Amino acid sequence: MSDSGNQPTKDRGEYWQKNLKIIAGCLFVWAFVGLGLSIIFAGPLNNFSIGGYPLGFWFAQQGSIYTFLVIIFYYAWRMNKLDREYDVYED
Amino acid sequence: MEGSQQIINLLVVGLTFALYIGIAIWARTSSTSEFYVAGKGINPVANGMATAADWMSAASFISMAGLIAFLGFTGGAYLMGWTGGYVLMALLLAPYLRKFGKFTVPEFIGDRFYSTTARVVAVICLLVISITYVIGQMRGVGIAFSNILEVPLTVGLVSGMFVVFLYAVFGGMKGITYTQIAQYCVMIFAYTVPAVFIAITITGMPIPQIGLGGTLAGSDTHLLTALDQTLVDLGFAQYTATDGGMSMLNMFLLTISLMIGTAGLPHVIIRFFTVPKIRDARKSAGWALFFIAILYTTAPAVGAMATWNLLDTLILDRDNIGQEEAHLAFEDQPAWMERWGETGLLGFEDKNEDGRIQYYNADNEEFAQMAQDEWGWEGSELTTLDRDIIVLANPEIAGLPTWVIALVAAGGIAAALSTAAGLLLAISSAISHDLLKGVFRPDITEKGEMLAARISMAAAILLAGYLGLNPPGFAAEVVALAFGLAAASLFPTLMLGIFYKKMNREGAIAGMLAGLIVTCAYIFTYKGLFFFPQLALLPDNADYWLFGINPGSFGVIGALANLAVSFIVAKVTAPPPAHIQDLVESVRVPRAD
Repeated sequence: MSDSGNQPTKDRGEYWQKNLKIIAGCLFVWAFVGLGLSIIFAGPLNNFSIGGYPLGFWFAQQGSIYTFLVIIFYYAWRMNKLDREYDVYED
Repeated sequence: MEGSQQIINLLVVGLTFALYIGIAIWARTSSTSEFYVAGKGINPVANGMATAADWMSAASFISMAGLIAFLGFTGGAYLMGWTGGYVLMALLLAPYLRKFGKFTVPEFIGDRFYSTTARVVAVICLLVISITYVIGQMRGVGIAFSNILEVPLTVGLVSGMFVVFLYAVFGGMKGITYTQIAQYCVMIFAYTVPAVFIAITITGMPIPQIGLGGTLAGSDTHLLTALDQTLVDLGFAQYTATDGGMSMLNMFLLTISLMIGTAGLPHVIIRFFTVPKIRDARKSAGWALFFIAILYTTAPAVGAMATWNLLDTLILDRDNIGQEEAHLAFEDQPAWMERWGETGLLGFEDKNEDGRIQYYNADNEEFAQMAQDEWGWEGSELTTLDRDIIVLANPEIAGLPTWVIALVAAGGIAAALSTAAGLLLAISSAISHDLLKGVFRPDITEKGEMLAARISMAAAILLAGYLGLNPPGFAAEVVALAFGLAAASLFPTLMLGIFYKKMNREGAIAGMLAGLIVTCAYIFTYKGLFFFPQLALLPDNADYWLFGINPGSFGVIGALANLAVSFIVAKVTAPPPAHIQDLVESVRVPRAD
């Protein structure tokens, strides 16, 4: 990679921009579920139910935690893919 | 307590201690890299498990289910705050700090902001956060020994400190990691076994997370519906409704503050320095949350089911509340109520002298008036209900064999010791690596630094033990400060260090100090200067809080102050030198060429 001067820098800039986009998407879901569905919209959501759980209550005490878990594993998987695309994957 | 029960209890706890000591002998360390970061050789799944034990403290194990039971819906703030922080840690901090590849959090701040002052400010934040936290763990060890095992507090604390001493002083991060893995297994087994049995007893469903949404055993009524209805019949707010507990604003701010605070806790961050690769740090955060979620999704079920069980025991006929024979007679109390009555965590008083226990919300004036006029109730007769009892009394409530009670004690002790050990490592490495090697004696040999690390670890254990025996009265209040400080000082500065290349020394120092000062000032205004209540400037209640913000929820405001001050100061001072900007570039990419 060192023989093509500017190439790695450009690649790295692009790699970082893509990473920022993935982070932004993940954090949007994080905030939408953790703060939105579980707190701000929990009152109205409680009119619906999932099993015997009022829905807002379920998000606040169960669903949000499962969502957080999925977000982290998704990010880890997505970044491994990105690392390979930009040839920065650790051996 | 019966003699045979006592022997079983001590045997179970003794066996777990023997296991920890065995690990200590096996995992001795010889280099600073092994002592501080376990030689960066921990498997990411194993590190996830160790992180879960590191993170889940005595408070998570003993107190959280009771806290949620008390708050109902809004208790979700604690569940989400203490788990959602891992998303921030995995996406914004862990991989980059692992790439940086050094030993401590203040070391990153010092190098990134090319300033010893910044490093020292970070050390101060770390010490305040970690020492406060240790006090809580020592109190947890005390509760497990004196309330469950009925062993004198001093004996319990000293034996706990001795075991930690063995594996932390000799094993460093390596010893702590493998012990934490064992402690996680003890803790999660001790938490889920009683939870499964109480779920079967109440809902007929062995998985607590599903049972909480299920129906009462032998009936078509959902547990949560019955719980809501019964609480309303007693003058309380519904368990699942959003208008009980704290206000929406405070729940929102508390959730974010706990999330940011969690992500900024140094003793958790350094766990991600122990894995071999950057991708391991990302994945390991997911495993950590997986192992944490097993307990954190069980806790709300335990809280609701134990509350239901208490109501169901006290009320014989839910459809006829107010009539004499619908309420439990004092002489018919089950054995567990009598036993926990003796510990002082549960207390009854027959205020209207009718020989029966009436438990209701006497603070609800309208309801209390009605109950007095119609039914002759003179005040709630459940006079003491310590929240911790929700977890501690669970095995007896569910009618489990006696060895399970011993297991709960062993689990509580494992939760406390595993967190204490992680904190002690953060404290000792800040002293030996950041202060001694980083500031006062940069030419110290590796052998000398190892010795200093072990000595400061031993000193930190003695300090923690002393504070456990002589707990300062303000321990519970200070924990809120620890989260507030982590949220307001360390997290924003670490994040800016990675995501904003132009952030400079002046901005970072001013920002950390601003976050620190604003948060302390707000908390001290209501809780008293250095927690002396007589020095409080304003009464600590919603009428006096700024915009109704509870001091415990203030961390996120402190974090915003940190960010704002950092940006403004960085704009008007010189940008960081080129080699620092290169450092940031290299931290952002897993494999540098």
